[in-house]
Amino acid sequence: MPRQASTFAPMVDDLYYFIYWICVFFFILIVALMVWFVIRYRERGEGETTPKIDHSNWLEIIWTVLPTLILAVMFVWGFDLYFKLRVAPHGAYEINVTAKRWQWEFTYPDGTRTVDEIWVPAGRAIKLIMTSEDVLHSFFVPSFRAKNDVLPNRYTTMWFEPTVMGEHRVYCAEYCGSGHSEMVAILNVAEPEPFQDWLDGGGIDIGELPPAEAGKLLFEKRACFKCHSIDDSKKECPPLLGVFGKREHLADGSSITVDEEYIRESIMNPNAKIVQGYRAGVMPTYVGLLKDDHVTFLIEYIKTLKVGMEKEG
Amino acid sequence: MSTATIPSPGAHPIGHDVSYLKSQSGIMSWIITLDHKRIGVLYMIWIMAAFLLGGMFAVLLRTELITPQISILGSNENYNKAFTLHGAIMVFLFIIPSVPAILGNFFLPIMIGAKDVAFPRLNLMSFYIYVIGAVFAVYSIVVGAVDTGWTFYTPYSVDTNTSVVSMTLAVFILGFSSIFTGLNFIVTTHKMRAPGMGWFRMPLFVWGIYATAIIQVLATPVLGITLLLLIIERVAHIGIFDPMMGGDPVLYQHFFWFYSHPAVYIMILPGMAIISEIIPHFSRKPIFGYSFIVYSSLAIALISFIVWGHHMFTSGQSEIAIMIFSALTFLVAIPSAIKIFNWTVTLYRGQIKLDTPMLYALAFIFLFTIGGLTGLPLGSVGVDVHLHDTYFVVAHFHYVMVGGTVIAFFGGLHYWWPKMFGRMYPEWIARITCAIIFLGFNLIFIPQFIMGSQGMPRRYATYDAQFQPLHAFSSVGAWVMGLGIVVMYSYFIWSLFKGEKAGKNPWNLKSLEWETESPPIQANFADTPIVLHPPYDYGVEPEKATVKR
Repeated sequence: MPRQASTFAPMVDDLYYFIYWICVFFFILIVALMVWFVIRYRERGEGETTPKIDHSNWLEIIWTVLPTLILAVMFVWGFDLYFKLRVAPHGAYEINVTAKRWQWEFTYPDGTRTVDEIWVPAGRAIKLIMTSEDVLHSFFVPSFRAKNDVLPNRYTTMWFEPTVMGEHRVYCAEYCGSGHSEMVAILNVAEPEPFQDWLDGGGIDIGELPPAEAGKLLFEKRACFKCHSIDDSKKECPPLLGVFGKREHLADGSSITVDEEYIRESIMNPNAKIVQGYRAGVMPTYVGLLKDDHVTFLIEYIKTLKVGMEKEG
Repeated sequence: MSTATIPSPGAHPIGHDVSYLKSQSGIMSWIITLDHKRIGVLYMIWIMAAFLLGGMFAVLLRTELITPQISILGSNENYNKAFTLHGAIMVFLFIIPSVPAILGNFFLPIMIGAKDVAFPRLNLMSFYIYVIGAVFAVYSIVVGAVDTGWTFYTPYSVDTNTSVVSMTLAVFILGFSSIFTGLNFIVTTHKMRAPGMGWFRMPLFVWGIYATAIIQVLATPVLGITLLLLIIERVAHIGIFDPMMGGDPVLYQHFFWFYSHPAVYIMILPGMAIISEIIPHFSRKPIFGYSFIVYSSLAIALISFIVWGHHMFTSGQSEIAIMIFSALTFLVAIPSAIKIFNWTVTLYRGQIKLDTPMLYALAFIFLFTIGGLTGLPLGSVGVDVHLHDTYFVVAHFHYVMVGGTVIAFFGGLHYWWPKMFGRMYPEWIARITCAIIFLGFNLIFIPQFIMGSQGMPRRYATYDAQFQPLHAFSSVGAWVMGLGIVVMYSYFIWSLFKGEKAGKNPWNLKSLEWETESPPIQANFADTPIVLHPPYDYGVEPEKATVKR
């Protein structure tokens, strides 16, 4: 079993090892009997006769009833444990989970959203409310002994209370196509205070970074790069290389110089001024999802994207 | 089994004294044969080819998994196709038909003293339905393969652009072959038994095949309907399972496992049936607890229908449903446990011949015990939550399906090979090969138990580097086992031409099939046998036996 990092990991392991040792006992019993019989009673020649022993009701009853009793214990114990795993305590900290091919999206009560990275506060129960946008997925944290399927058009829930600080791996455990094995998230258990700082930072641990570097981090964490290229390539939304200070032609025929104000507007109200050749309605608004200073950081980062700079990364 | 015979009325029928292989000649005599033995041989050719194909995919998969990143297969998509095809071919084209269609067809009528199955033409038809299904399956592989996993879970299977329709259609067609074969065996067992062959004088192989046939007939239609619904959904876009069209994906899982859990017992019961045959004969003892084994086969057949929900413990079922399915799952473990105890105790004070069939039977007890016991943590819901959909499950069902059914099938093949073709396989090479397969198999799957308990999810094309050493062990095991299989195929083919002549009864056993010629004459027996004694009629009064404690 992997390391134990939640309140019910030790409980699961206790039952697991209980069953394990019973299995080891019966396995050794059967194999030892078999080997002993085979050695003791291997063929000794043609003339030998064997006893006609064809049944014994006592033996049959013993080896029907005894396993039944043992299995009953496993069943009751297993089910009792399952109830503990299922029923979340009141006042659990709730996080919404949306699975889609092939990423995990987490939405916090204050609107903060993260992708493939989930932070949880230590010392309290966490409840996940999960749904899928496409096919079946399954949220699996081995070190917590926790797993539940994530279904489209339906909510499933699970809960856990972590006991070990730091990072844990989250896997997708229900086959979902070519990116299935890469659908991995990092779950970070933090003390309440750093957790709150992280949440206040919009789900990003900015710390004391200079604005442009903080913006770069945000750009990656918020997955802006999925639609906006920062090199010569063309994606669904306008490329950002050398965009600052450039004169853009807009879809309505007018044109505008890209400055701080225009970038801010494009993040908060993306459909207001669409660049020629691009569709409206592709980018969602980031009102409430990005804090004011985050927008500033992003603008500072975009300013650094100058032609000829991209190779330096 | 000692028997008397009554002469057939009139002259001896056609085929008297002539082996079924030689009674008629020409290609047509095989293509339209109604002889259950020849149909069994035809099945054998196809099914053994399917096993080789499925095995090749297994070796490919394991070779790919030596490194954490994608290597020889080139992409995750190819890996996904490879594991799907391995599963689908092994389940639908190999394991489900293997024992019933080959050995059941060949030996069920002989073991109850009949001339043929009840409906020889239906038997031939079910063979051709199998062939059509197999051709469809191969067609779907060629035109683009499937990447859904052998379970075809929705909504993925509605969504993917691989050839799901032709593959599911293949499985749908194969289902009919299975239903017809089952129907045939049920009627044959009820109606065609030789005089004196009461229900409780039937060899346990017949009982096992009979219990299997009941499941085949009752459960397979559900799979057929489910797959048909899936095809309708994909082709006509009628929402049944896909939530985007108003369907319910979990409904598919219920339907699918309502067949596929009983199907697990379609796979394992015939394996158990072979073991129940080999162990008493090669110990020269009556089987211990005959009636308990019979009743446990029937109990398994019945309970297997009501445990399907244990495949869905983490799918979001209600707690009550999960409680009931967990309890029933433990219940179905008991009959299997009873059988294991009975086989083991049958060895006591026997005269154990360690020929190849017996080696496979002993390997079966070893491996199937592991397979059965590792089902217990999975049946216990609280633990299953962690182990579900990990390599632990993969290892568990391979221990049951391969360590159980396939090993038993190999045992049965060696056991009856001399009877089927009149020639012996090379005994020592076969024993060594058995050991190679046994070692290779354990080398593949013991590391997988460890990985699974560590949390390695199944169906992963790429994986965390921490699992690499265990994956590498597992892959080496696959090569070792693959080598064993290739050697086995080779000496079987060799023995057809060069093997030592077997004679009627090479091991001097007491069972009806060993009383006719090897290979059997076309009518199976020159005269209808009359059965006077119980099966496994070995041994003397315990006090007089020379084999002491």
